[in-house]
Amino acid sequence: MDHLDLLEAESIQIIREVAAEFQNPVMLYSIGKDSSVMVRLAQKAFFPGKIPFPLLHIDTTYKFREMITFRDEFAASIGAKLIVHTNQAAIDDGANPLRIGTQKCCGLLKTRALLDGLAAGGYDAAFGGARRDEEKSRAKERVYSFRDEFGQWDPKNQRPELWNVYNARVDKGQHIRVFPLSNWTELDVWQYIGRENIPIVPLYYAKPRPMVVRGASLIPIEQEFMLQPGEKAEMVMCRMRSLGCSPCTGAIRSEADTIDKIIDEMKLVRRSERENRVIDHDQEGSMEIKKREGYF
Amino acid sequence: MSLLRFSTAGSVDDGKSTLIGRLLYDSKGVYEDQLASVAKASAGGSGGTIDLALLTDGLRAEREQGITIDVAYRYFSTPKRKFIIADTPGHEQYTRNMATGASTADLAIILIDARNGVLPQSRRHAFIANLLGIRHFVVAINKMDLAGFDQNVYNAILNEFTGFLDKIGAPKALFIPISARDGDNVVTRSERTPWYSGPALLEHLEDVPVIEELERLPARFPVQYVLRPNLDFRGYAGQVASGIFRVGDAVLALPSRRQTTITRIVTYDGDLEATAAPQSVTICLANEIDISRGDVIVPASALPHVSRRFRANVVWMNAKPLELGRGYVIKHTSHQVRGVVRAINYRMDVNTLARVGASKLELNEIGEISVETHHPVYFDAYAQNRVTGAFILIDPLSNETLGAAMIIDIEGKEETRGQVSAADRAARFGHKSAIVAVEDTESALLLERELFDRGANVAVAASPEPGTAQLAAAAGMILIVVGSVPENALDLRRTSTHEAVLKLGRSGILAGHEEQLIEGEGI
Repeated sequence: MDHLDLLEAESIQIIREVAAEFQNPVMLYSIGKDSSVMVRLAQKAFFPGKIPFPLLHIDTTYKFREMITFRDEFAASIGAKLIVHTNQAAIDDGANPLRIGTQKCCGLLKTRALLDGLAAGGYDAAFGGARRDEEKSRAKERVYSFRDEFGQWDPKNQRPELWNVYNARVDKGQHIRVFPLSNWTELDVWQYIGRENIPIVPLYYAKPRPMVVRGASLIPIEQEFMLQPGEKAEMVMCRMRSLGCSPCTGAIRSEADTIDKIIDEMKLVRRSERENRVIDHDQEGSMEIKKREGYF
Repeated sequence: MSLLRFSTAGSVDDGKSTLIGRLLYDSKGVYEDQLASVAKASAGGSGGTIDLALLTDGLRAEREQGITIDVAYRYFSTPKRKFIIADTPGHEQYTRNMATGASTADLAIILIDARNGVLPQSRRHAFIANLLGIRHFVVAINKMDLAGFDQNVYNAILNEFTGFLDKIGAPKALFIPISARDGDNVVTRSERTPWYSGPALLEHLEDVPVIEELERLPARFPVQYVLRPNLDFRGYAGQVASGIFRVGDAVLALPSRRQTTITRIVTYDGDLEATAAPQSVTICLANEIDISRGDVIVPASALPHVSRRFRANVVWMNAKPLELGRGYVIKHTSHQVRGVVRAINYRMDVNTLARVGASKLELNEIGEISVETHHPVYFDAYAQNRVTGAFILIDPLSNETLGAAMIIDIEGKEETRGQVSAADRAARFGHKSAIVAVEDTESALLLERELFDRGANVAVAASPEPGTAQLAAAAGMILIVVGSVPENALDLRRTSTHEAVLKLGRSGILAGHEEQLIEGEGI
């Protein structure tokens, strides 16, 4: 067994354990590459049966249009039940990252929407595709990450987690976030996508796209409000390394238009994956703070 | 590319962070912008030099206090192998974190500062690594540059620490003289230690065999999930804990004890002829037998222990101490049972290896306990099998994980070498003794076959003589008689074989659960 086989076997064990021990699990599906791998692992875990829990997408309405198209086609093709939840009240109030700042915007459209979406479904376990190599506070996260009645994470008081024996016990109102990809790295994910032929959003592949070039950053123009006076879009050969909301996700210059080229690019890359995610850098320790409040 | 998980433990000064930083940096396991953010966070401190500890300390409290509190997992790879580091703090108050990191590790790196020699902390780390069943030990004697790369320093530590490892029964260790700061013997062999002929640390990490060891153990398949997507398919999903299963293998399902054969090994990517640990697969069996989550499939030729009473080493992980007689939830492989700790046989003083009497175990303390569960547990000694020999203790009220335990053996094995008791027989056969009366010989033989296939100790007495019932009771048997109903007999005359078996199960005579055995009515 190579490292991908071992990671796969470990993740499937986790997914089955959750399906067996929780009353009402749900899989958070963000449409990104990690979610795509996680869903494939869930398909494998229950084959020849179907995935015995729904997929939940927290839609901020600022996702790339290609993501939404992909999401709907993908969910239908595998016969999964897809639930979409949006903090519509905040959208109606005009929440966007430029107007209210990235921290507040994430707080309302991602964290609040996620907690409301979980409460609405009465879910006691929520799978997420986060990996420990993504960010330093995630390196400390358990596979089963306990959340209290308010969805909060207490990093200093986590349950000890030994072997692959997981403690699934929660009281009413509490839940566990489960991270079956904890031990995967970005390169593992790409190698697995390549090996398994897992469909992914075309935004990951390089092609000429309209971008505003602002210093070293490439800002995709999906939302009108992103254009500052005097700016205009130009075509740049680029791709997305990580997918989030279009106003807060930068592209990288790249020629990698196939999986193999992406894997080669990954082996050489010297910058981290989330560098182009604005929300990770809005303050020191920002991921840890967001996670404490219930962020995914 | 294979995978190796290893643990490190250490404190601020012994160079652990520098070593990990070097392994990550030299193998490109850390990115430029992450280094830059570390440089930003350490600016104003030591000025200029990047503090590699900041790379591994992920929580704000850790960075603020300059200490490692919790286990952090780190990832890097070389063309040969992917590595997962469980990076843990080294101080005594973090024993539980060390145990957590060690629980999944194949190899432990014990760091010893060449200038300070073997410290209590080095011994504690080795003790915990051994307790958690790590089979490969590396002792990295660090800061050799500050000890003049002196072979005598290396030899003195090697001799002293080898003595300690032998004493605790740990595996033989590889001692590597290194300088994490300068890189000597970390990735490549150093010219400054011509007297050392072994491999550099990374070479050794790349070559240590790991998975193969799992495959040689008796096969175990704890059932996680029963898959029944349609009427034509019934499969048992799980991860092979140890050994190899092949299509056609004669296997036994516990607790039903019914023997059957493997007909298919199913995966999303197609059926397999054989599956080995640690693959996650779905197994189909020849007979429709009652198997549910928490049961285990094993080869008929190599059974695990089955007992409600066993001894275990425990690492206590909660501020609320371990107390005798208190009810705990025990999670072992894929099942949960209730249990109590009947005795604390001793507390281990890890610094002196002295066995100390104790009436409770506090946070971070280690001891040997005797456990009694409400239902039988199917296990192997942890020393033989790290999956089927491990369990955690959970507080049924707060739901917190309180401790981690490693099973040593069945409790009171010596005692059972004396007279064989009714309880011993019941534990072996899975049922108490009973007399069952049925209408005719045909039903008797059908029922006998059914019960026999389930592993029961059963016989038909066509014409029972006086004393037969007493003999059957003494032998712990289920005796099937035809016709006349003896006193105290179960009468199953007008029921089908299937219903009869169900009824026997309900009355506790043919039962997997010991609780039912106790409450059931026998002769």
